[in-house]
Amino acid sequence: MDLYPLWNSLRIAGISTAIIFFAGIAFAYYIAKAPRAVKGVLDVILTLPLVLPPTVVGYLLLRILGPRRPVGLFFLEHFGLRLTMNWWSAIFATSVVIFPLMYRTCRGAFESFDENLAAAGKTLGLSNTFIFWRIRMPGCRPGILAGTVLAFARALGEYGATSMISGYTPGRTATISTTVYQLWRINDDALAFRWVLVNIAISFVVLLSVNLIEKRERRR
Amino acid sequence: MSLLVDIEKSFRGFSLQMAFEAQDETLALLGASGCGKSMTLCCIAGIEKPDRGRIVLNGNVLFDAKDHINLTPQQRKVGLMFQNYALFPRMTVFENIRCGVQRNLPRPQQLRAVEQCLAAYGLTELAGRLPSQLSGGQQQRVALARIMISEPQLLMLDEPFSALDSHLRFRMEQETADTIRRYGKTVLLVTHDRDEVYRMADRVAIVENGHVLQLDSRSRVFSSPSTRAACALTGCKNISSLKVLDATHALALDWGIPLTLPLQKGTDGVGIRMHSIRWGEGENTLRCHVAQVTENPFSYTVMLRAADAPQGAAPIGWEVDKPFWESVRSQEVTVHLPSETLMQLKG
Repeated sequence: MDLYPLWNSLRIAGISTAIIFFAGIAFAYYIAKAPRAVKGVLDVILTLPLVLPPTVVGYLLLRILGPRRPVGLFFLEHFGLRLTMNWWSAIFATSVVIFPLMYRTCRGAFESFDENLAAAGKTLGLSNTFIFWRIRMPGCRPGILAGTVLAFARALGEYGATSMISGYTPGRTATISTTVYQLWRINDDALAFRWVLVNIAISFVVLLSVNLIEKRERRR
Repeated sequence: MSLLVDIEKSFRGFSLQMAFEAQDETLALLGASGCGKSMTLCCIAGIEKPDRGRIVLNGNVLFDAKDHINLTPQQRKVGLMFQNYALFPRMTVFENIRCGVQRNLPRPQQLRAVEQCLAAYGLTELAGRLPSQLSGGQQQRVALARIMISEPQLLMLDEPFSALDSHLRFRMEQETADTIRRYGKTVLLVTHDRDEVYRMADRVAIVENGHVLQLDSRSRVFSSPSTRAACALTGCKNISSLKVLDATHALALDWGIPLTLPLQKGTDGVGIRMHSIRWGEGENTLRCHVAQVTENPFSYTVMLRAADAPQGAAPIGWEVDKPFWESVRSQEVTVHLPSETLMQLKG
């Protein structure tokens, strides 16, 4: 059994989770503080990828990044770089799809933070940077951790947008989910089943760790 | 050294208009919850921004709407203790208190200051604990220590004892009073508890609906509250509207009884404390039916209705010593209301 799809899935999920970790926190922090009207509009736009079918996300991404589309053409002409059909192209797809998960859970955490703590820090003369990193972030840690793990799990299972933007090339762009589909299509039921088991095992571990984190945080 | 506050702020369909001055003293802001006391403290601390007005502390302008001065909370050097103490939940007692230390001091000096502070507040043994592992009284002590180590120019306490059980409350009140005495600068105490005010404050500002109704020495506020709201806030339970007949005669409308007292101009209400009512005949004698008797730990509250009062008149509460009431225990009693204990109220 060639383990390339496992390795490829893990690195795509890992890199996109790392990007979305910072992007999600930043958006959540500023939108939680934004005025109501701005909040309502931005919230809808940023949550949209959560409810759109992944194939729609994939289609929209191809319209922007495809080799004959504005951004894709720009990179092809200036850097000789094709943005689609590489293993890392899938990072665009998974990042867009998992962004709302991270953003939403973080925003919830920021909104339920006791603002008196920040105010108390200010009157004690603590800098805003100290308050953000040493008081606000630790206070919101359970929400941020849960968001990160959920985002990672979702990235690992992403199929629709990934298959559209990266395609399926064994040993190059294959991920676990695209591999399962291909194996099933060519009737290699035994191998497909093994990949299914791998996938279930990973998801099991991820969800178990979410529960453990929550339990530990609640005890503090 | 002094504090001058003169601010206006509208929020949630409520308008705050607070104006007062305080010297090196404890000034209590006494008012019902939601009257704007806490908002006032937040404006002084720089957490909320007033719409208009100015705030000056020891000659430094903290806020001036006209001159567009609005110092950050960090620049104001005022200490504010929140009702829930706002201890940082993921830091130990030691780390919490270290947050109050001047950051520009060298590290060993910072740590020594924290050690001394822990010792001064009897917290040395709790240094490694998290706030959630402390009792309410200990949490309050940490909050106060954390503020005092930051050497504030003004100390503000927002309902400092409301989260404590009554037995702890008494002890923490004494500890806090001690700290305030050693501090010696301006202290603002926000509370709705008149006993706390009486024991801790030098002067009292009665606050209602975002306005200061009366600002006076503690003894004057308690002996002659000027308005019905002030009278009720100082703990008076018997309040009636008054219809003035001439310079010395009036009708207490709620109680349905005539009163004789030297009336001041503009008086339209009257109050009498439950323990000021006297047994037997005298000024303003009343023959009463006993409507209800409630037993308290050390006294009885006897609700009286004047025998010749019209139907539906409000009863007057009378607080009597236990042994005395147990010796009397009657359905019909005669009491009198000494005119100097009748508090004349306006508005």
